Amino acid sequence: MSAPRPRLREALTDLWLAGPATVAMLVLIFIPALIVGVLSFTDYLFGASTFHWVGLDNYIELFTDRTGRRAVTNTLLYVAVVMPTSIVLSLVAALGVHAVARWSRGLANVLRTAYFMPVAATLVAMATVWQMLLHPNLGLVNQVLALAGMAGQEWLSDRGLVLYTLAVIGIWETIGYNMILFLAGLAAIPEHLYDAAAVDGAERGWERFWTVTWPLLGPTTLFVLVVTATRSFRVFETVATLTNGGPAFASDTLVFAMYREGFVYFKAGYSGAITMVFFFFVLTLTLIQLRLVEKRVHYR
Amino acid sequence: MTAKRILGRAVMVALLVLGALVILLPFFWMLSLSLKPADEIFAPGIDFLPSRPEWRNYAKAFQEIQLFQFLKNGAIVCGAILFFQILFAVPCAYALAHRRFLARGAIFGLVIAGLLVPYHVTAIPVFLGLAQAGLLNTYSALVIPFVASVFGIFLFRQFFASLSTDLIDAARIDGLSETAIVWRIAFPLAWPAASAFAVFSVVAHWNDLFWPLIAVSDPNLATPPRGILYFRDEEAGSDFGPLMAAATVITAPLVLGFLLAQRKFIQGITASGLKG
Amino acid sequence: MIELENLGKSFGETRALSGVSLTMAEGSFTSLLGPSGCGKSTTLRLIAGLDRPTTGRIRIAGRDVTGLTAAERNIAMVFQSYALYPHMTVRQNINLPLAMRNMTRVERLPVLDRLLPSARRKMADHAARVREVARLLEIDALLERKPAELSGGQKQRVAVGRALVRDPIAFLFDEPLSNLDAKLRIQMRGEIVDLHRRTGRTFVYVTHDQAEAMSMSDRIAVFMAGEIRQVATPRELFERPASREVAAFVGDRPINLIDVAATGAALPPPFDGFAIAGPALPPRVTLGIRPETLDLVPEGPLAGRVGLIEYLGSEAMVTFHLSGAGAEDVTLRAALDAGHGLPAEGDAVSLALDAAAAHLFDADTGRRLDARLVARDGAAAAGSGLRSLP
Repeated sequence: MSAPRPRLREALTDLWLAGPATVAMLVLIFIPALIVGVLSFTDYLFGASTFHWVGLDNYIELFTDRTGRRAVTNTLLYVAVVMPTSIVLSLVAALGVHAVARWSRGLANVLRTAYFMPVAATLVAMATVWQMLLHPNLGLVNQVLALAGMAGQEWLSDRGLVLYTLAVIGIWETIGYNMILFLAGLAAIPEHLYDAAAVDGAERGWERFWTVTWPLLGPTTLFVLVVTATRSFRVFETVATLTNGGPAFASDTLVFAMYREGFVYFKAGYSGAITMVFFFFVLTLTLIQLRLVEKRVHYR
Repeated sequence: MTAKRILGRAVMVALLVLGALVILLPFFWMLSLSLKPADEIFAPGIDFLPSRPEWRNYAKAFQEIQLFQFLKNGAIVCGAILFFQILFAVPCAYALAHRRFLARGAIFGLVIAGLLVPYHVTAIPVFLGLAQAGLLNTYSALVIPFVASVFGIFLFRQFFASLSTDLIDAARIDGLSETAIVWRIAFPLAWPAASAFAVFSVVAHWNDLFWPLIAVSDPNLATPPRGILYFRDEEAGSDFGPLMAAATVITAPLVLGFLLAQRKFIQGITASGLKG
Repeated sequence: MIELENLGKSFGETRALSGVSLTMAEGSFTSLLGPSGCGKSTTLRLIAGLDRPTTGRIRIAGRDVTGLTAAERNIAMVFQSYALYPHMTVRQNINLPLAMRNMTRVERLPVLDRLLPSARRKMADHAARVREVARLLEIDALLERKPAELSGGQKQRVAVGRALVRDPIAFLFDEPLSNLDAKLRIQMRGEIVDLHRRTGRTFVYVTHDQAEAMSMSDRIAVFMAGEIRQVATPRELFERPASREVAAFVGDRPINLIDVAATGAALPPPFDGFAIAGPALPPRVTLGIRPETLDLVPEGPLAGRVGLIEYLGSEAMVTFHLSGAGAEDVTLRAALDAGHGLPAEGDAVSLALDAAAAHLFDADTGRRLDARLVARDGAAAAGSGLRSLP
C-alpha cells in the first residue's frame, strides 16, 4: 500500500487547521492596518475613484487645525482625569471590600457585585440614563443640587464642563473593573506578611497599608494604570450617545473624530491619519502593558 | 478597643454602601423612570417609586421601536460572531499548541501582534472592502470583521498548551483525525477557556456601538445599542418612559447573566485585560 | 511482527536515536530497557507513528508503515499518565476507538447516530464489545464513572481496556506502571503478562525498571545514548551482558566493577589468586563481580575488613575493604544470607568468589571480553566450594 507522502499530508493538515484563522487575521487585521497607514498619506474620499498623495498633510492638519488638535488634547485630558481618579477610588473600594470579606463574605460579595454592575451593563443604554440624570431641568442631579441650595449645571452642553461630565461617566464605568483587578492583587498577598509586619510594630491599618499592602500591590497598580489608560483612550460610546463631540468640539475625542471624519464626512485619508495617531498611543500603552504582564508572571 | 473596632467597621461599611448606592443610582433611576407614567417623569421633585407602575412603557417600547427586532439582531450577530470566532480560533490554537510546523512561530507572532491592534484601526479598510463586496447593510457586515479573534486564539492556545501531550497522542492512536481531536477532545476540555471567551465576546459585541454605527444604516439590522439611539433620536428625546423601558430591556440580558454567573462573568471580562 | 530498520531520529541538532535495528517476532513480548533519555521512548513513539523517523524504515506485519499515521497502523498504546479522556465516562473512553475506526463520519454525527440503522447496529455491537472487555478487566462496575473518580490502578485497567477493545496488531506500553505504588505494580505486572498470553499479540514494553523488564519479557533491548547496546533474553542479559554499562544496569543489586591491570593472564593483587583464560587480552580489564557471587569463607582468596552493613531482612549488603598490597582502595559489596549470622563491622574476614560467574570487560571500551576468570591452585578449591555452601 502506498500512502501519499507523509510530509505533504502533515502540511495539508496544518494548513487545514491553522490556515483559515491565519488568512482571516491577515485579511481582517494586518492588511487593513497597512492600508490605513497608506491611506493616511492620501486625500482619498470614500466613493471617490482616484486619490492623490499628500504626504504628511493629514497629520499636519490634525496637529495644527484647531478642531484636530482639540480631539487630541481632549482625549489626553479625558485619560488624565479618568485614569488616576478611577484608580484611587477603585483601590479604596477594593481595600474596603477586602477588609469586609474577612468577617462577612456575603456582604463583600454584594458590594463587589454592585461595583461591577456598570461593567456588565450596556454602556449606550446606560448613557441614555445618564442623559436623564443630567437633564438640565428634570434631571435628578440638578434637582438634588437645588435641594442643597446649589445652582444646577448644563452638564452636557456647557463647553467647559462637558468633557469632565463624560470623564465622570468613564470613572463610573471603570471602577468596578479596576476594583476586581485590585481584589485579585490583594488576595495574592500572603497573610503571614501582615503577621510579620504586626510583629515589627506596624499594627495600625495605615501602617500595614504602607509597609505591606502598597509595595506588594505595586505590579497590580501599574497593570491597572495601563489597562485603564488604554480603555480610556478608546472612549467613544458616551461621546456618540451624549454629545456627538459637541458643543463646538468641546468633547471631541480621537475615536469619535475618526468616526466623524471618515464615516460622516467620508474623508478616509484624514480619518486614516487620526486612526494612526490613535493607534500610536494605544500601541505604546499596550506594549508597556505586555511588559508588565510578563513581569507579573515572573513575580509568581 | 473593641468598641473602636466596631465603630471603624461601621464607618467603613457605611462608606462602601454609600459608594455602591452611587454606582447603582443610574440603574435604580432607569427602572424607576421605566415604570413611571409620563406626567410623573416630568414632575419636579425626587421620587424613586412611581405612584403606580406604568407597564405601558414596556409595551410601547416593544411596539413602537422594534425593540424585539433589536434584541433579535443582537442575538443573531453575537451568536454568529461567537460561532465563527470559535470555528476559526480553536483549530488554529490547537495547531499552535500541539503540532510542530514551519509557520508556527510566524503565526503565533501574528497572534501576539494582532493583540496590539484595536479594532477601530481596521475600520476604514474593512468598510471599503465590505462596500466593494456589496455587503454593507447586511448581517454579514456586522459579523465578518470579527470572525478572526486573535484574543480567542491566544486564550485557547494557552489552555491547550496545558493539556498533556499523552492525551493528544492517545487520541491519535485511538484513530482520531486531527480535526476530530480538536472538536472531540481538546474543545470539550477547554470549557473554562471557552466560557470565559464567550462572555468576553458576547459582552463586547452586544455592547458595541462603533461598528454597527458604521456598517449598517437600516434600522431593521440595528443591534441593541444602535437601536436605542435610533429610538431616542426619532422620538426627539420626549418619550422618556418607553426609552428607559427599552434601556432596561437591552441591559437586562447581560446584567442578569452577570448576576447569575458572577464568577464566570468576571473571569471573562477581566481576561480581556490582556486585550483591552 | 515489527521490524525496525536502521531507525534514526534527530530533534534539530540533537540526535536522539541512531542506527536502531530490531525485529520483534509475532506474539513476542519485547522490553525496551534503559535509563531516561536513552531513546527507548522515542523508539516507541516511532513505532506508534506519533513521530516520524529521520532515517530508516518501520514494518509492521510485513507492511511498510513508515509513512502512515498512528491511526492507520492499528496499534494500541498505554501511556504512563494513562491519558484517559477526562470529559468522558469509562464506557465512552473504551468505546471511542471503536467508534472512530468502524463508523463513518456521517454515522458519528450526534443525531444521525440514533437514526441510521447501520449506525445503530454498529453502536449495539460496540456496546457489547465494551461490556466484554470491561468484564475481562473487572471494571464493569466502573463504566459510568469519569476518570477523575478512579484510583490509579483502575485508571490503568481502563487504559488497557481502551487498548484491548479493538484487537490491534500490537500493544505498546510506555512505562505504564511507574505511577503505581510498589505493591500494585507487582500485581499489574502479572496482569499484563497474562494479557499477553491471552491475546497472543506482539507486546512492546518501555521501562527504565530492569526488574520489570526481566520479569515480564521474552526479550530485552537495552538502550543507551540513543543506541541499542544489546538484544537478548533476560537470562542471557544477566549472564552474558555485552558491556560494562549493560552489566551495571541489569540486576537487582548493583554489580561490583573493578579495573585491574592484567599482565598476560595473571592478575595483580588482591586478585592474584585468579587468572584470566582467553585470547588477546587488553592491558586493562574490568572485573564485574555480582554481589551474590561473593561469600564469606575461612581462608578465602580475598582478605578484607568489614565496612558498612545494610540489613535487608533475609539478606544483607555488606561492604568489604580489601586488604593487602595493591588493595588499598578496592571495596566489594556482597549480598550475604542473613540467616547464617553476619560479621560485625571492623571484623577481619576472607572472601571467596564464584569465578565462573564473574564478567570480564575491556576497561577502555567497556566491551565484554571473550575470556573467563579462573581460580589458581589453592584458591580454586575455595572458589568451587562456594557452590556447595548451604
